[in-house]
Amino acid sequence: MGAASPVLEVRGLSVTFSTEAGSLSAVDGVDLTLAAGEIVGIVGESGCGKSVTAMSLAGLLPRSARVSGSVRLLGKEMIGASPAELRAARGRDIAYIFQEPMSSLNPVLTVGRQIGEVLQIHEGLSRRRARARAVELLALVGIPSPAQRVSNYPHQLSGGMRQRVMIAMAVACEPKVLVADEPTTALDVTVQAGILDVLRELRHRLGTSILVITHDLGVIADISDRVMVMYAGRVVERAGVDELFALPQHQYTGGLLSASPTPGRHAGAHRLREIPGLVPVLASQPDACTFAQRCPAADSQCLSAAPGLAVQRDRLALSQDHAVACWHPLGETPRLPVEEDR
Amino acid sequence: MSEHTTSAPVLELEDLVMHFGSVRAVDGVSLAIRKGQVMALVGESGSGKSTVGRCIVRLLEPTSGLVRLGGTDLTHLSRRRMRAHRGDVSIVFQDPAGSLDPRMLVGDVVSEPLRLASRQSRRDLRARVTAGLDQVGLRPEVARRYPHELSGGQRQRVSIARALISDPTVLIADEPTSALDVSVQASVLNLLADLQRDIGFACLFITHDLSVVEYLADEIAVMYLGKLVEQGSRERIFGRPAHPYTQALLAAAPVADPPRQRSRTRVLLGDDIPSAMDPPTGCRFHTRCPLAFNRCSEEVPALLQITDGTVACHLVLPDGTGPDVRSIDKTGSPA
Repeated sequence: MGAASPVLEVRGLSVTFSTEAGSLSAVDGVDLTLAAGEIVGIVGESGCGKSVTAMSLAGLLPRSARVSGSVRLLGKEMIGASPAELRAARGRDIAYIFQEPMSSLNPVLTVGRQIGEVLQIHEGLSRRRARARAVELLALVGIPSPAQRVSNYPHQLSGGMRQRVMIAMAVACEPKVLVADEPTTALDVTVQAGILDVLRELRHRLGTSILVITHDLGVIADISDRVMVMYAGRVVERAGVDELFALPQHQYTGGLLSASPTPGRHAGAHRLREIPGLVPVLASQPDACTFAQRCPAADSQCLSAAPGLAVQRDRLALSQDHAVACWHPLGETPRLPVEEDR
Repeated sequence: MSEHTTSAPVLELEDLVMHFGSVRAVDGVSLAIRKGQVMALVGESGSGKSTVGRCIVRLLEPTSGLVRLGGTDLTHLSRRRMRAHRGDVSIVFQDPAGSLDPRMLVGDVVSEPLRLASRQSRRDLRARVTAGLDQVGLRPEVARRYPHELSGGQRQRVSIARALISDPTVLIADEPTSALDVSVQASVLNLLADLQRDIGFACLFITHDLSVVEYLADEIAVMYLGKLVEQGSRERIFGRPAHPYTQALLAAAPVADPPRQRSRTRVLLGDDIPSAMDPPTGCRFHTRCPLAFNRCSEEVPALLQITDGTVACHLVLPDGTGPDVRSIDKTGSPA
């Protein structure tokens, strides 16, 4: 990181959707920076706004979405950019991979054609050069015998291979930023490990900055340098990956970590910690902590004022980049294995 | 667990086979679950684990093999005689939104198994439904709601209440928490564990997620492409997995502990998963196994009895020892 300016800088990003039931606030004041070659994870449960945040970066949201704030990608402002500017940025500056590779691939074109198309459009390569480059890209993402595979149709490939093809397509023009939205959620664990390795390899070989969006704490632990935890549209905690797992500060982060089963850690325990209640309906709550209704530590302050994301300066064990939006952070005691057996 | 070891199994599968045309989804699975035992059936997509569950409750008619419940062979019962056993084995599915009738009130959904089994007064039914909902932590008013008015976690509680209302001796839970968020998953898993301890039904917990299994299971059975590859106690499977596939599965699931996750050995199996339509010869895992040698592609490994459980691998010795894919280097081959 250091002096180099970040490749992606998001400030005060908010997204609301107007629906028949009124205005829904999906993302509420999100700040995010991504440095060159960095892998940042956004973790949260369904409805927390992590995917909407990701989609808004390159203007991929439907028209019913009202987006405000600032998204600077390689210094260029993306919010309010013209369709032509957005189109130019997609693929070259920022690219996406999604959860379900089958529905993102065209079933009637060979994978070589689909990867090649990207290169013909964005880089002006000839069809022949594009195909040769497609073979190289398939090799880059770890597909065995790429020269043969390039002529395959999507249905001839396994789910993991298809996701590799999607990654090859996404990085065809060597974008500076890759957004991976639940990249391994539809895949088996023995396949997932390989896909995560490919992402790591891309960062290493091409210096790609990667934003990984997932609900899976195991994936976050595996691949991220830094993590943002989202809850009900807001970032509730932001920290380096080791510190987030070792010293979570937000009550929600702590709850999430204790609720997720981890092999070996809770050996002998027969209960997981539960987080009572439900994720609130996405209505803007400017004057309260969105987690207050479910939080064991909530008091009147939490219901009357929304805590801002702030570094805990008085806590020496925490790094300067560890920020939390909580009136009653968990403090410096390391998280212990949960044993609430009764 | 030891108190159960001598008791007769409540559920037995004997050489269960389920073929869909040329797709050999389940190919000779034998299992026995004792009273009060929780057995996890673990496998990835295409392993046949869910098909096994569906065969047990006769949502599918197995191609061959036996399913014995408390000594009675279910597979050859007529539909009418099967009805008498319907309440003895229940199933909970992954997606409660898809498995609960959206036009039925929750109360009717929960009481349906009782109404189908015998005539009951409305008052009795209502009392049973209230008790059933209470058991899964839902208030009686929920009975007058429709499934779509409930959250995913509440709907799964309704499915569990429905499954347990007939006092089954065996509960099949097919990925019951896979569609739920982590925080909700925890409460449903805890609920299942509590109910199982309190009521004492036997449970076949079908899942792709080994980390979930550690909380619940006494025994673990691992399937790959229609075959059982290994079975044993939870302690043995997590502590000393014998089959290379089980070892790889344990190594592949990332742990939510960054320093530990970074230091773990990575076992990459490749993602070219063979199809159950044309399963590999010999050991079905040999095309992805880092330890495979000639014999593996030629000869189907027998399910070998080891100290704690069974394993089907040519490399495992009768005492249960063998190589571990987690401790070989990438280019390494077995000695």
